[in-house]
Amino acid sequence: MPPEAIGDAALSIRDVGMVYGAGPGAVEALSGITLDVAPGEFIAVVGPSGCGKSTLLRLVTGLRRPTGGEILLQGRRVDGPRSDVGIVFQSPVLFPWRSVLDNVLLPIEVLKLPKARYRDRAMELLDLVGLGRFAMNYPAELSGGMQQRAAIARALVQDAPVLIMDEPFGALDAMTREQMNLELQRIWQAQRKTVVFITHSIAEAVFLADRIVVMSPRPGRILDVITNTMPRLRSLDDMLAPAFAEQVRHVRALLGGRGAEL
Amino acid sequence: MNALLRWMRRQFVPLIVFVLFIGGWEAIIRALQVESFLVPAPSAVIVAFVRGFAQANYLGHAAITCFQAVSGFLLGSALGIAIAVMVVVFPALERIVYPYIVALQTVPKVAVAPLIVVWFGFGMESKVIIVALVSLFPVLVNVMAGLKSVDQDRLDLLASLSASRWQILRFLRFPNALPFLFAGLNTAIVFAVIGAIVGEFVGANRGIGFLILQANFSLDIAAAFALFMVLSIMGVTLHSILQAIQRRVLFWNRTVEAGQPAPRDTP
Ligand SMILES: Nc1ncnc2c1ncn2[C@@H]1O[C@H](COP(=O)(O)OP(=O)(O)O)[C@@H](O)[C@H]1O
Ligand SMILES: [Mg+2]
Repeated sequence: MPPEAIGDAALSIRDVGMVYGAGPGAVEALSGITLDVAPGEFIAVVGPSGCGKSTLLRLVTGLRRPTGGEILLQGRRVDGPRSDVGIVFQSPVLFPWRSVLDNVLLPIEVLKLPKARYRDRAMELLDLVGLGRFAMNYPAELSGGMQQRAAIARALVQDAPVLIMDEPFGALDAMTREQMNLELQRIWQAQRKTVVFITHSIAEAVFLADRIVVMSPRPGRILDVITNTMPRLRSLDDMLAPAFAEQVRHVRALLGGRGAEL
Repeated sequence: MNALLRWMRRQFVPLIVFVLFIGGWEAIIRALQVESFLVPAPSAVIVAFVRGFAQANYLGHAAITCFQAVSGFLLGSALGIAIAVMVVVFPALERIVYPYIVALQTVPKVAVAPLIVVWFGFGMESKVIIVALVSLFPVLVNVMAGLKSVDQDRLDLLASLSASRWQILRFLRFPNALPFLFAGLNTAIVFAVIGAIVGEFVGANRGIGFLILQANFSLDIAAAFALFMVLSIMGVTLHSILQAIQRRVLFWNRTVEAGQPAPRDTP
């Protein structure tokens, strides 16, 4: 039997490794990843492109099994997809034939939960992400930022305690992105979820996270976990503070000058 | 009012071109005194068209051709959809069934049509079957492509919710296949009219195809042209009906129309 989760970590990753394929063509994507995430904590994962960040998402959400180590979510070992984790991908991944509201309710339908009971919650979440007026619109009628907000509402709808986001704002323009970072902070404060936020923007990581996991190039290893000293609540002006610049410099130094913005 | 003006302005040049074309045609036929059994003048075609409906029951024949085309189209499309779904739900079937479908498709239906008339007679059945055969393939390949070409991220999202195979079909593959289905249907409806005419050429005593053959034999080329007009009116009407259905079903697939602003991010 696997040992119990350390304390009451929401997410516990233990010596996880991942090798794609076998033989000479095998790709080692992750190696010796160990990390404990406390309930309600906001973790950012930064690392160069191709270092296995998305792989980590696939492992934590049970879409793939690691080739080494184990992952515990809410104290239970992950050995398949789980409904206690919400996912936000890099692209919104909405279903264009469903209204925004029905997109948010999709997890409820797939999980065979009573749709009528979750309707009010879905509407509240759409209000929370600023899309209350667009519940009956279709995805093609929304801008990229609005679509990604709908995707966030969808990830929250089944009230999973853990939220995993894979470069969710990577495709947005800089201004929309800052706005989304502010909103995400607000949503996180309101919902008190455990968040694992994958990004390759150091500034975004420093703005949002309690702790920043810095990864090496492939095979991805954890170089360091930095505790963010920036006080909450953070405003966009805080990004101009010397302390902010110091944090960014620290992370960039660890990445060896890599991981420049976008 | 504004819309009407815009429409007229947009249609103005095509209309002028059409009038010039018809007028030029008429003028050349008269000036060169081309024999009417070679190329008829537009005026002669119009006369034949009106006389056909008044005296030769064009409407009745058109109804029969149209009925054959539409029922064969529906039958072939339904079969195409059914086979596509089966093949995608049971992938093992694909390797078994698909070679026959391709083999069937590579045989020109015109070559098979006489045989089908021998088997199923001079009546409507043989035409409906020929039409079904020509309609089936475009629907089948398009629906198969639509069921398969689903976005990997959407599949991942459903997988992360432990969706069953049936749920993946229902929530993702079926709706994803709809635009492909309509692409197939649009091709099939055109093929369907051609198929019905081919069937009537091979052996029939009713229908527009039968009338065209008769007109050709009696060198009544004006009547043949009038019958071509009937056929193109039928084709355009069927196509428009399909387009109207498509617009209603695929409303979510419409890209935001030019000039109409998308909803703003902030109120
Ligand atoms: N399904 C797969 N099969 C083989 N190799 C893969 C697969 N998915 C990812 N990889 C490889 O694993 C490495 C890490 O990929 P990924 O996790 O997507 O990195 P990141 O998200 O950090 O950019 C890359 O080199 C990539 O080519
Ligand atoms: Mg990635």
